[in-house]
Amino acid sequence: MFERLADTFFNWQIMGQYFPKIVEGFFLTIELALAVVVAGIATGLLLAIVRAFRIGVVNFLIVAAVDVLRALPPLVIIIMFYFALPTVGVRMSAFVATWLALALVLAAFAEEIFWAGILAVPRGQWEAARSTGLSFLQTLRFVVLPQAVRITIPPLTNRTIAITKGTALGAVVAVGEILYQAQSAYSFSYNPSPLTLGAIAYLVLFLPVVYLGRWVETRFAWKR
Amino acid sequence: MERLVASFFNLDILQQAWPILLEGFWMTVKLTLVVVPLGVAGGLAVALASTVRSRLVRWTVVVYVDFFRAFPPLVLLMFIAFGLPFLKIDLGAFGAVALAFLLNTSSYYGEIFRAGIESVPRGQYEAARSTGLSALQTMGWVVVPQATRNVIPDLISNTLEVVKLTSLASVVALPELLFAARQAQSLTYNATPIIAAGIIYLVCLWPLVRLLSRFEHRQIALH
Repeated sequence: MFERLADTFFNWQIMGQYFPKIVEGFFLTIELALAVVVAGIATGLLLAIVRAFRIGVVNFLIVAAVDVLRALPPLVIIIMFYFALPTVGVRMSAFVATWLALALVLAAFAEEIFWAGILAVPRGQWEAARSTGLSFLQTLRFVVLPQAVRITIPPLTNRTIAITKGTALGAVVAVGEILYQAQSAYSFSYNPSPLTLGAIAYLVLFLPVVYLGRWVETRFAWKR
Repeated sequence: MERLVASFFNLDILQQAWPILLEGFWMTVKLTLVVVPLGVAGGLAVALASTVRSRLVRWTVVVYVDFFRAFPPLVLLMFIAFGLPFLKIDLGAFGAVALAFLLNTSSYYGEIFRAGIESVPRGQYEAARSTGLSALQTMGWVVVPQATRNVIPDLISNTLEVVKLTSLASVVALPELLFAARQAQSLTYNATPIIAAGIIYLVCLWPLVRLLSRFEHRQIALH
């Protein structure tokens, strides 16, 4: 029994054979994850700043887009981008489709979190800053955002981690990241050892991130 | 514009695809009704286990929670769906999905309940014990109800994520909404079923998103 378990899930020969592929996927996952985090958080912050101007129509559009992106499962968005958009002539690679979908979802969540942070800064801070002669933008930049961003760090970190793990969804549209490499190695060898290897790769990548999240949570304790 | 309507909002195609989509929708509902209660119960068990005195148990719980939080759910699902049959354990697609979701979501719900239990003042526990309630009764009747109330927004938020996550089941060929939509797409050579599935998700989940948005604003505003 034990031998069969080892042979099925920890077959060294098969693992060795597909190790380079998994490493390749490992770096692609990191690349994809970083691209998602940078684009998503930057867009989210930008949208929250635009929302602070409180222009009726613009804010309505932002809220509508954010709601849609929060209600749709990310996998559905990826599949729409990759399989539905080409039928109207918009084509993108699987990597771009996955990146764009996840970055938009992260942007939506980040916008909500930043916006809640901006709202949390007391009205008096705005008024005091404006009365010292700072312009609206200066107030936002030097007074409100520094305070708002600080309290948004814990929820934002957790959300970012959760969405970054979504890079595995790229496997569904054949982005050559860890899970895709593991899965295709599994179907070539008809042995689940590559899946074990892929699982280990994810642990190596995300366990430190989960610990980072825990640390951030205690460091910037966000009390209810 | 015409092309957009013909490819995304084609009513003829929708009519053909509707029975398949409807079946998929009910499967998603069924899946949700199984995995959400399982996850909540598992999470509560995890949270309660993290309050016991035994250091070994607490340590095991931390490892369990971190382990399954570090795994992307799709990786876990594939591992269970494709790996277990090699050990002659065949759960079927539905069983594999349910097990993967139990492991994944119980860690998230567990963390939420743990935070809730920690938010209940120690005095509540001591007062309840001093009235003669057992440790278990104290948890069940005094601590957990207050803890749950304190973390309702997080519970709803996580439940929304779990419902969205059920779309992963399409990858192991469980015929839920997304799977049905893709199947209908390949039968009709038209993207309308996928757009329709998206609209169904949107209509069902949008009220939850609105509700959460309110909770979040209030939560940070009270900060």
